[in-house]
Amino acid sequence: MTGPPDALPARVWLAAARPRTGGRLMRFARRYPLAVAGGGFLVLLVLAAVLAPWIAPYDPLANDYLSMFSPPSSRHWLGTDSFGRDILSRLIFGARTALLVGLSASVAGATVGALVGVASAYFGGAVDLVIQRITDILVSFPLIVLAMAMVAILGSGTANLVVAIALSFAPRAELVVRSSALQVRHTTYVEAARAIGAGPWRIILRHMLPNVLAPYLVMLTAFLGQAILLEASLSFLGLGVAEPTPAWGLMLSGAAVDFVQKAPWMAVFPGLAITLTVLAFNVLGDALRDALDPRLRV
Amino acid sequence: MHARRRLQQLGAAALLVAALVAASGTVSSSAPAPPRRGGSLSFIVSAEPPSFDAHRETTFAVIHPIRPHYNLLVKFDPLNYPKVVPDLAESWTVSEDGLTYTFRIRSGVRFHDGSLLTSRDIKASLDKIIFPPQGVASARQAMYEMVESVSAPSPNTVVIRLKWPSATFLEKLASPFNWIYKADILERDPRWYERNVMGTGPFRFKEYVRGSHWEGVRFENYWKPGRPYLDGYRALFISSPAAQAAALKFGQALVEFRGFAPAQRDEVVQFLGERATVQESGWLCNLLVVPNNQRKPFDDFRVRRALTLAIDRWGGSRALSQITFMGPVGGVMRPGGPFATPEAELTKLAGFGRDLNAARQEARRLLREAGVPEGFEFTVKNRNIPMPYIPAGIFLVDQWRQVGLNPRHVIQETGPYLADLRAGNYDVGVDFTCDFFDDPDVQLVKFVSSDRNPLNYARYTDRLLDGLFRQQSRERNLQRRLQIVRQFERRVLSDRAYQYHLLWWQRIIPHWKKLQGYKVGPSHYLEDLEEVWLSE
Repeated sequence: MTGPPDALPARVWLAAARPRTGGRLMRFARRYPLAVAGGGFLVLLVLAAVLAPWIAPYDPLANDYLSMFSPPSSRHWLGTDSFGRDILSRLIFGARTALLVGLSASVAGATVGALVGVASAYFGGAVDLVIQRITDILVSFPLIVLAMAMVAILGSGTANLVVAIALSFAPRAELVVRSSALQVRHTTYVEAARAIGAGPWRIILRHMLPNVLAPYLVMLTAFLGQAILLEASLSFLGLGVAEPTPAWGLMLSGAAVDFVQKAPWMAVFPGLAITLTVLAFNVLGDALRDALDPRLRV
Repeated sequence: MHARRRLQQLGAAALLVAALVAASGTVSSSAPAPPRRGGSLSFIVSAEPPSFDAHRETTFAVIHPIRPHYNLLVKFDPLNYPKVVPDLAESWTVSEDGLTYTFRIRSGVRFHDGSLLTSRDIKASLDKIIFPPQGVASARQAMYEMVESVSAPSPNTVVIRLKWPSATFLEKLASPFNWIYKADILERDPRWYERNVMGTGPFRFKEYVRGSHWEGVRFENYWKPGRPYLDGYRALFISSPAAQAAALKFGQALVEFRGFAPAQRDEVVQFLGERATVQESGWLCNLLVVPNNQRKPFDDFRVRRALTLAIDRWGGSRALSQITFMGPVGGVMRPGGPFATPEAELTKLAGFGRDLNAARQEARRLLREAGVPEGFEFTVKNRNIPMPYIPAGIFLVDQWRQVGLNPRHVIQETGPYLADLRAGNYDVGVDFTCDFFDDPDVQLVKFVSSDRNPLNYARYTDRLLDGLFRQQSRERNLQRRLQIVRQFERRVLSDRAYQYHLLWWQRIIPHWKKLQGYKVGPSHYLEDLEEVWLSE
């Protein structure tokens, strides 16, 4: 696999590369088996989230007071919680919350960050200076602290959670994309576009942005895992989605902590779900970075 | 012979030792150790105070950390509920017609700023509670409807005149929220106490770190000789039940004065063993379901009634009592208390019956009749206090889904939650009533019309109900009073279904044994730390 040559716009390069996609995927799979396993797990997760109403054995919100604290059994494969709710069903529906928040927040955060990063690199000067100082301030806060502050300002709830996480990601994405965009800014095709009179936004959107897609995609996969973890952390802290919405972080908090000795399965399975999902995104992200970054290619 | 004498001597000595041991044992078990002075008490408070002014607030989050800075005119003896004892009033007399209460005020009582307390301060404080000026909220104004005037004819005399006699007026006056403030400050700014602290209580304010703690230190010029025993106290704000149990287990705190769930109690007792003790009691607290009577479709009586009919209180009681401190099913008066509704009568009220299927069928019919569609969405506004609000919210969402509704649980910090409830910015709220005394005047006042009691967040006006409240308050015959209370209860909970009880609470207080001078009662508002001491 080769990266886009400086002289070719990304569209041309991508079109040229298309016939070799199947072969590249096979090579990728042979070279990064862990990533394939991670990807497979994520596909299953997405399927579970999409098909949740049909595959979940119970209503995830239905209380069953005759089954409170039931250990894993043939009736409830992963046991029940303090309200008698089926943990497997809540995990399956919880995947929807995790993926919804994870995907929306990551895509929004990485996209906003990428746009601002490319614009900052293109315009340079005072615009770049102001954007970079603001970014410096924002990235100086740990991600969780920034997200907590955003939730405190915006309020809790799924939509606000997505906005809070996306806004926390944006400055980090901005930094990474800007550094790539700075290299692209002085390429001949950007100069050529400028020479024929293309406007700044046309150059940014049509010529620069497609050429920083590789770091953007890598970042996106890394953000996905982080976003799911953040959602779980904020829900655990009571700042995310509210009970009884099935959400993994929420399932780990409250009664799962209060009754951890009596019913450890209440905490173990949501914890496993979070761990495996974040791990899957991370190994996939690492492999994508290795595969897409020419500097890391042997 | 010699050996026999030796044996006799040994026997006598053994008897003497045994007698001495027995005697010393008797002494140690019968005479309690004298209170020990010194030490600082750390205790848990599971919410932060929305303001510092008890006259406008109703929550323990104000009482537990801030009450030790203040005195009352008279108070409930925290060790002997429901006995009323003098506090700033040295003594009092009641006229024969029961209409005039004359209080003699202690002399030499100082505020924490060094100034002397007079009857003027007491009049100003009571006036703020009973006749609040425009723009000043008083949570208990409606409870003192019988008061005609408060006067201070001399620096050490306060006279309260009533419009009609009230058998339990003294108890009402002993409300733990009736803190005595300084008249000069109230004159300058009646809302000053919402954000500042200055009283005559046993402890001076030291610091408040939001999200962390509230601290008080002994007031050296306190009027009661030898009190308080403690050098100071530190209220730790910890909301998570698991973190609370951990704080208690590892000695970061010695007690939480509100109440623990059975699981927390067991965890603490199992860990601390002999070092812990547990006190339990009925509790003058319950959770209320409050539909917004001014918002559609909850302005329709059929919808409100359907909501209460859908709730399985008896099943919920069995289940929730295992994981929370909620438990007893009851009407407007505390189950197990002197005015409790007998079960035979209680089960006749909508939503309190034993036939759940019939109740839910009726609920569905009423919703259909009222034009509420299947899957109708509405919000259930709740507080972010894990125990017992959030489990109650989860329970309610499940119950209403079973009659085809689709409620969304919205959890907020106490401040915004109360602000929304006060402003009517909600569909259905999870509210609470917690009182300091078993008396219909105290328990029923919550339900009189919203324009008469700002604490009634359900936003309805019902003059018939207000009339019943006044009627029972003036009734001196206990049986007749009870009949009126039952009539009131039927109208609020069932006939009009304005708002209704979910479950009452059961108070469970595990604490370190070294905490002395504390006795659990049915109210968690009565502790002022004046008599509390640490044995080690």
